[in-house]
Amino acid sequence: MRKTLIAAAVTVTAFAATVSVQAVARDTISIVGSSTVFPFSTAVAENFGRTTNFGTPKVESTGTGGGMKLFCAGVGVGTPDITNASRAIKASEYDACVANGVKDIVEVKIGFDGIAIASSKDAEQLDLGLKEIFLALAKVVPDPEGSGKLIPNPYKTWYDVRANLPKIEIEVLGPPPTSGTRDAFAELAMEGGCKTFEQIKALKATDEDQYKAVCHGIREDGHYIEAGENDNLIVQKLVANPDALGIFGYSFLEQNADKIQGSKVGGVEPTYDSISDGSYPISRSIYFYVKKAHVGTIPGIAEYVAEFTSDKAWGPEGYLADKGLIALPDAERKAMAKDAQAMKTIGKPAK
Amino acid sequence: MNSPIAAARPRAIDRVNQSLKRRYAAERRFRFLGASAVVIGLLFVTILFVDIIGKGYTAFWQTSIQLSIYFDPEVIDPSGERDPQELRRADYQKLARDALRAEFPEVQRRQELRELYGLLSTGVAQQLAERVQANPERIGTTEAVWLLADDDVDMLIKGKIDRDLPESDRRVKDRPLAWIEALEAKGAIEKHFNTPFFSNGTSREPELAGIAGALMGSFYTLLLTLLFSFPIAVATAVYLEEFAPKNRWTDLIEVNINNLAAVPSIVFGLLGLAVFINFFGVPRSTPLVGALVLTLMTLPTIIIASRAALKSVPPSIREAALGVGASPLQTQFHHVLPLAMPGMLTGTIIGMAQALGETAPLLMIGMIAFIVDIPGGATDAATVLPVQIFLWADSPERGFVERTSAAIMVLLAFLIAMNLTAVMLRRKFERRW
Repeated sequence: MRKTLIAAAVTVTAFAATVSVQAVARDTISIVGSSTVFPFSTAVAENFGRTTNFGTPKVESTGTGGGMKLFCAGVGVGTPDITNASRAIKASEYDACVANGVKDIVEVKIGFDGIAIASSKDAEQLDLGLKEIFLALAKVVPDPEGSGKLIPNPYKTWYDVRANLPKIEIEVLGPPPTSGTRDAFAELAMEGGCKTFEQIKALKATDEDQYKAVCHGIREDGHYIEAGENDNLIVQKLVANPDALGIFGYSFLEQNADKIQGSKVGGVEPTYDSISDGSYPISRSIYFYVKKAHVGTIPGIAEYVAEFTSDKAWGPEGYLADKGLIALPDAERKAMAKDAQAMKTIGKPAK
Repeated sequence: MNSPIAAARPRAIDRVNQSLKRRYAAERRFRFLGASAVVIGLLFVTILFVDIIGKGYTAFWQTSIQLSIYFDPEVIDPSGERDPQELRRADYQKLARDALRAEFPEVQRRQELRELYGLLSTGVAQQLAERVQANPERIGTTEAVWLLADDDVDMLIKGKIDRDLPESDRRVKDRPLAWIEALEAKGAIEKHFNTPFFSNGTSREPELAGIAGALMGSFYTLLLTLLFSFPIAVATAVYLEEFAPKNRWTDLIEVNINNLAAVPSIVFGLLGLAVFINFFGVPRSTPLVGALVLTLMTLPTIIIASRAALKSVPPSIREAALGVGASPLQTQFHHVLPLAMPGMLTGTIIGMAQALGETAPLLMIGMIAFIVDIPGGATDAATVLPVQIFLWADSPERGFVERTSAAIMVLLAFLIAMNLTAVMLRRKFERRW
C-alpha cells in the first residue's frame, strides 16, 4: 500500500513536470467561434478529414465574440487558426488582433443565415411587419394614445398590435442575450421596426445610447420567453403550444418543415430563395477569418479554405446547402473563393 | 375517597387517551407525506427514464439497404497491383452508386440521380473500402452488401417521418419514397444492430455519428482525474486528520476545503484556463487539462469523505498499535488506512461520478468541441460524454434526437454502474464497531 502510494505520487509529479515544459506541436487545424457557423464549419471539417491525409480539424463553439478573443490572442500553436463569426469583425477586435501581432487576417464571407419567426403547423400563418415585431416585443414603445412619450409595452395580444392579427396572446420563445442569434434579431428585426417611428429615429442623432437601448431592448414581462440556446427545444415547445411563436435559425425551420412553419415578414416567407436574394428582411451574412501567419506552419489550412470555398461545399447544391447554409450569389461566390484561396488580407474595418 | 372533587379532577391517562387519536392521525399524516415524497421522486425518475429510453432505444438499430455490389477492378485497382495506397484512395462511392443505378435503371436525369444517390449515407465509401481492405480477393466479384442508409431514410423507416403527409411538408419526397417502398417490398431494407454507434467518433451525419470518441475522452479524463486526485486527497485527509496540530491554520484550511466543495464548477474552468492553459501551457481541449480541472473540483469531495472515513476508525485501534510498539506511520499504513479505505473509495467513486457528468468547467478549456478523430492519448484533443450529448441535442438534424437519448442512456449506465460499485464496496468492507 505504501509503495503504491509513493509510486503514484512520483508518477503524478513527473507527469506534471513533463507537461509544463513540453512545447506542444500541433498538426491539426484549430477552429473556434460562432455557434451559428458551427454546423457548417464542422461539416466541412469532417469532409476535409475524410478526403485528405490531414487530421480532422477541431472545431469549438465559443460564440463569435469569444472566438475573436481567442483568435486575436496572438500568433503561435497555442492560438486558433480560424475563427467563425456570425457578423463581420469589429474595428475594436481588429485593433486587438494587430496589437497582439495578428496582422494578416483573411476574411471569407460564406453565405447567409436567415432568422425565422416560426409557429406550429396547426396555427394560422402570421404576416408580420418589422414594425409589428418591434411593437410586440420591445421593452418600451411609443404611447399608442399619442402622448409622444415612451411607455412600457402595453400590448398583450397580437390583435392589440394590429387589428387584422389574431386575438391570441403574444408569446414568443427566443434566444437569451448571450446568443449571436439574439444580437442579429435585435439589430435586424427590432431595430428595423424601431426606425419606422420618427420619434425614435430622431433620438439616434441626439442620444445614440438611448436609441440603442430602446431599439434593442426586449420586454421582460413574460411575453418574450428566453428558451435557452437549444433550438430543438423551442421546436418541441412550438409543437406543444400552437399559440406560441419561436425565433431561431433557418436551418431548424428547414429540418422541421413537417411540424412548424415560418411566419411571413413583410409579406415574404422565409425560404432558401427569399433569403438568398435578400427579400426576406431578417437575414445576415456569416463569415470565417483565417490567421495568415499560420498558413504553412499548421498543415492543411490552405486546403481547408479551398475545401470550404469549393462549389461542392458552399455552392447552392453543395453539402452545406443540405445543412441549411444559404449560398452567396454566383458572381460574389466566385470572387470570394478566388480571394480566399489567394489569402487576400483585409484592412481595418470601418466600425 | 369518593369525594366529588377527586372525580372531577381529570386523570392523566384520560388526557393521554383523549389525545391518542390525534397523535395517531398526526403520525399517519407524516408517514403519508414521507411516502408521497418518495413516490413523487420515483415518478419523476420513471418519467425521465421512460422518456429517454422511449426516444433513444431506436438509435441502437440502424437502417441498411442491401445492394449487390460489383467490386469493379477498373474502379478499385486499375493498375492491378493490389497496392494498398491505391486501394485506399479508390472511389468506393461510385461502386455503390453504380449498384443503385443498376437497381433503378429507369432513373436517368441528373436531378433524379442526385436524389437516388441520396438514399445512401456518405459513409458507404468507408464501409466498402474496409471490406476490400479486409479481403482484396473480393475485387472482381459481385456480392450482396448491406450499406448504411441516409439519416432521412432511417427516420422514415423508424416511423419518425410520417409517410401520409403532403409531399411539401415531408423531408423524404415522393420519388425517393417510391424507391424506398420498392426496396422494402424486395426485403432489401432492414434494421441492423448499430455497431458504428459504439465504434465511430462523432459526425455531422447522424447515421455515422458514434460515441467512441467521447467515451475514450471520458475514459482518459477520468483515469487522469483519479490518478491526480486520489493520492492528493488521501494524503491531505491523513495529514489533517492524524498528524496536523489543531490550531487556527488547520481550521482555516478546513473551512477552505469545505468552501471549495460548494464553489460552482464553472469557476474551476476559469481557473483552469488562466492557470493550466495560459500559464503552464497545457494544450487546450485535451483530457489532460480536463483532468487537472476536474481534479480541483473532486478534491474536496474526496477529502471530506476520506476524513469522515478516518474519523470512523475507533481510537482504540490506533492506541493498540502504538501500544505494541508501532510507529505512528506504521499505525497509519498498517491499521488505520486499510480500515478507512472502503469509505475513502466510496467517496472517490462518488467524486468520479460527479466528474463524469460535468460539462460547465470544460466549456472554458475548449472541450466543448467537434472532434471526429478518436483520441489515442491524454494529449489528443478530445471531448467527453456529457459534452457530446449537449452538442447532439443542439444539432438540427432529426436523426440526432434519438442519438442524444441513446448517449444519455450510455452515460446513465456508467453512472449507475459506478454508484452501484460504491454501494457494494460499502456493503462488503464496511466495519461497524
